[in-house]
Amino acid sequence: MSKIEVKKFNLYYSDFHALKDIDINIEENRVTAMIGPSGCGKSSLLRSINRINDMVEGACTSGRICISGQNIYDEKVDVGFLRKNVGMVFQRPNPFPISIYENVAFGLKVNRIASNKNVIDGVVEKSLKAVLLWDDIKDKLRKSALSLTLEQQQRLCIARVLAVAPNIILLDEPCSALDPVATVKVEELIIQLKDKYTIVIVTHNMQQAARVSHDTAFMLLGKLIEFDKTEKIFTNPSKKETSDYVTGRFG
Amino acid sequence: MIKLSPKLSQKFSYALLYIATLLAIVPVITIIFIIVKNGISAISLEFLTSMPKNGMREGGILPAILGTFSIVLCAITIILPVGVCAAIYLNEYAKDNFLTKIIKLSIVNLAGIPSVVYGLFGLGIFVMFFKLGVSIIAGALTLSIMELPVVITTARGALNSVPYSFREASWSLGVSRWQTIRHVVLPNALPGILTGTILTVARISGETAPILFTAAAFYVPHLPHSIFDQVMAMPYHLYIISTQIPNMPKNIIYGTALVLLMVVLTMSCIAMIARIYFKKRRKW
Repeated sequence: MSKIEVKKFNLYYSDFHALKDIDINIEENRVTAMIGPSGCGKSSLLRSINRINDMVEGACTSGRICISGQNIYDEKVDVGFLRKNVGMVFQRPNPFPISIYENVAFGLKVNRIASNKNVIDGVVEKSLKAVLLWDDIKDKLRKSALSLTLEQQQRLCIARVLAVAPNIILLDEPCSALDPVATVKVEELIIQLKDKYTIVIVTHNMQQAARVSHDTAFMLLGKLIEFDKTEKIFTNPSKKETSDYVTGRFG
Repeated sequence: MIKLSPKLSQKFSYALLYIATLLAIVPVITIIFIIVKNGISAISLEFLTSMPKNGMREGGILPAILGTFSIVLCAITIILPVGVCAAIYLNEYAKDNFLTKIIKLSIVNLAGIPSVVYGLFGLGIFVMFFKLGVSIIAGALTLSIMELPVVITTARGALNSVPYSFREASWSLGVSRWQTIRHVVLPNALPGILTGTILTVARISGETAPILFTAAAFYVPHLPHSIFDQVMAMPYHLYIISTQIPNMPKNIIYGTALVLLMVVLTMSCIAMIARIYFKKRRKW
């Protein structure tokens, strides 16, 4: 069974039909990339998987998205619980303007997952180690998160997500604010994380999709055009639109 | 029509703009200068800490200072929670529908009502209908109603200045809307709300018309005991001693004006310094 099953999923922003009958199955412990030109709906689809699009005024959906077999748009679903299970990292690093430590501990404290200081210390250390940030900043955990470089900030944001113990991590163009060197480093991190997490990454950058993902979905104008192994999408796509896009004929 | 050379017209326009700016600040400086020059001789510890004597022609203005202080304190305790709550609702919860548009429109328009109208409204509602009498609480409620639109607008500005990405980050960690407001939005909006509050204090300290019929008394021989007492207040006291009392020594009038001016200016300065301080610390 797939980790995330999207079935006949439609999304509307008021009158705008942003996602049209999307069907896609995302497998566990793999990196799935979503590519396509701006406005094709790839971010909207990503943002539907943790229902953060609910916060957008006028957004409504039809169809289903099942995670581990459970439809997340079911009325009984606890959205808070869902979002803890499905973490999200955004385009621009968005650490809170508080200390590094408090950033990572934020989810634990506010959601009252843990209150014991030793437990929180442990989770903070583990999360920062998982994003390979611990050795650089272990002596300045009390410093403001905004004093870090952009790359470190983005790693911190990933650590903040890991701290609430998700199964799935959604990355919305996580490297678009970073320079090439930092991008490579964050990509390496993403590849490492796939052993423990199911990862979905939206990216503008086709080379990035080719480098980090196992599967790639190509979207256009709110529709899923093609979904297959990354290798296949980039070397031998079955649809003309896909091949036009990946060879750079448009987009 | 005379055609000026570009160089000359540049100089001419510059002079014009410069003079306009001068015109704006010269009166302020003149007012402050005149008040300080005429009033400074009246200022003493006794003036600030004793009761008026001899039909208010001598002695101090302590009851007026304390009266203004208690009205403002009382008003701020009402305005701040209500204003911030309303701002949170409008900014973070309200859907952008017809009702919210009406509410937002009326908030903007409430700010345009003359203050004397608020004063009469307070007289009708709080003093007479709710039978609060002419009292600190009636005055404070009247001032609250008058200042609420401004406070809501400033508080909304402060909430708006907190980046949307902070909210998204918090929601995406499974944190509810309210917890996000409490742990992310409010702490970051606090500096803005604080500076707005100090400016509100400055503004309502000098308001006369709203407290004219609702709180202020001509003369009270004792200091206020409770919020249901009538009090003397600095702006009203200034009006009385300037117009109603014959043979009033000039330096007492100017001295009272100076104290009022200083209270307001100090508040504004604190707000300004706070704003600069918080701006420096803010990095996003």
